[in-house]
Amino acid sequence: MARNITIKFIAILVLTLSALSAFASSGGDAPKKAGQINTKKEIKDYINHHLADSHDFALYSYTNDTGERKHVGFSLPVIIWTSKGLRTFMSSKFHHNDNGHLIVDANGVKLTKIHSKIYELDKGASEVSFDENHHATNAHKVLDFSITKSVFGMLIASLLMFLGFRSLANGYKKGAIPTGFARVLEPLVLYVRDEIARPNIGEKHYRKFMGFLLTVFFFIWVLNLLGLTPLGFNVTGNIAITVCLALFTFIIVQFSANKDYWKHIFWMPGVPVLMKIVLMPIEILGMLTKPFSLLIRLFANITAGHAVVMGLISVAYITRETLGAAGGFSVSLLLSLFISLIEILVAFLQAFIFTMLSSLFIGMAVEEHDHDHAHTADGHGEEDNAIV
Amino acid sequence: MDQLLNDFSPGLFIMQAIILLILIFLMAKFAWKPILNSLNDREEGIQNALDEAENARKEMQNLQADNERLLKEAREERDAMMKDAREIKDKILADAKTEAEAQTTTMIENAKATIVQEQKAAIAELKKKVGELSIGIAQTVVQKELSSQDDHLKLVEGMLEKVTLN
Repeated sequence: MARNITIKFIAILVLTLSALSAFASSGGDAPKKAGQINTKKEIKDYINHHLADSHDFALYSYTNDTGERKHVGFSLPVIIWTSKGLRTFMSSKFHHNDNGHLIVDANGVKLTKIHSKIYELDKGASEVSFDENHHATNAHKVLDFSITKSVFGMLIASLLMFLGFRSLANGYKKGAIPTGFARVLEPLVLYVRDEIARPNIGEKHYRKFMGFLLTVFFFIWVLNLLGLTPLGFNVTGNIAITVCLALFTFIIVQFSANKDYWKHIFWMPGVPVLMKIVLMPIEILGMLTKPFSLLIRLFANITAGHAVVMGLISVAYITRETLGAAGGFSVSLLLSLFISLIEILVAFLQAFIFTMLSSLFIGMAVEEHDHDHAHTADGHGEEDNAIV
Repeated sequence: MDQLLNDFSPGLFIMQAIILLILIFLMAKFAWKPILNSLNDREEGIQNALDEAENARKEMQNLQADNERLLKEAREERDAMMKDAREIKDKILADAKTEAEAQTTTMIENAKATIVQEQKAAIAELKKKVGELSIGIAQTVVQKELSSQDDHLKLVEGMLEKVTLN
């Protein structure tokens, strides 16, 4: 009973905080109206700004009595590879400017930040000129290894994972039954092992993929959950991150595949020769669409989740005139609480689906056809492509 | 799509790849491996304990069956022994009876024979006595010279009275 209350309390706390997070940070960067965001266009820009990565860790911002815009948070290190080599400095140099108007000189390299991306100005240029689509014409992007908010989030998630599971691992030295928080972690590990890896990869091979599957599962889940906190991370909703995760799956699948797998791709057994030729490009395409579906699914789900939560929070501002401040606030609170609840489910679900499908693809690659296509005539050779 | 490509940051991708690689390595070495090993050990321990319990149960059952078998055998043996004993007893009784009967018969026969013999002997004796007596009487009668008829009769009667036939 006491545990139930604790869980409920934590759930409510998380939901409230995630709802508050956007209220707190809704100041954003629209200095022209003292940080106020009212129009739909501004809200859309603000949501887009949140979804993008950022070079500093902004908690919230406000306008003080003298009309000056204040940002609360901390700056993160910028590490970039420019045309003149490596440059490192703190992101505070950009002074929260994100529209290319502020030029930073880093040892002879002129840099500016436009929509969370760092650009290097071409030779001779002293300020950025834009075309009609608001694309910079005289600056190009640099290779950006900065500890951005996403990287920072990943490091936090990694640290949390490492500490948590290290304590679980150490716990086994004291006794076979874990105690304390490790008791929560153990069933999760068992779940990934028994419900995801074992049934999909098979008893014989699953063990050597556990490191990847467990890491990816908890990495995605922790980052998804971090994204629901007021800290406003959007790591798993970043296309570069999901591409990287899916690429790992892709590489592992290709490198662990046995010869049956390649045979099924390049010379499908059990079908006429003409069909073999037709099936080859389809199978090769299938090989590539599998990780592609992984990366798009995770990216789209998390991005959509963040966009919807923020959109619902901004309902408070849009309906302020029709429903009044309190009315708008309560409608928005109710809706965003509801969607946050769903997002907690989605956070787990997406981590589960990613790991599940990864292990399914690995399972297909290591599957052993010891009967060597006795199923030639009855067309069961197609069973491998049941889920693509 | 254009926006998506524009949002893709190669630097972030590389950072993520490095972090993920290091994380997988660290987690696998320091967390997953010991955790999974411990879980395996524990599961094997539980399985072994269960197997052992099952074996013990089976052994127990075997023992019980053995016991029952032994008990049954013992009972059968006892029954057989009792039966034998009874038979022996009956036989002994029967034998004794037969023997006793035989002995009795012999004894009776012996007795009968003895009686017959005794009888014969007695008769012979009697005959002898009667003879002697007759001779005696005759002697006496002859000695007295037989004075009168009455005296003769008195004499015979008196003598006969004296004689007891046994």
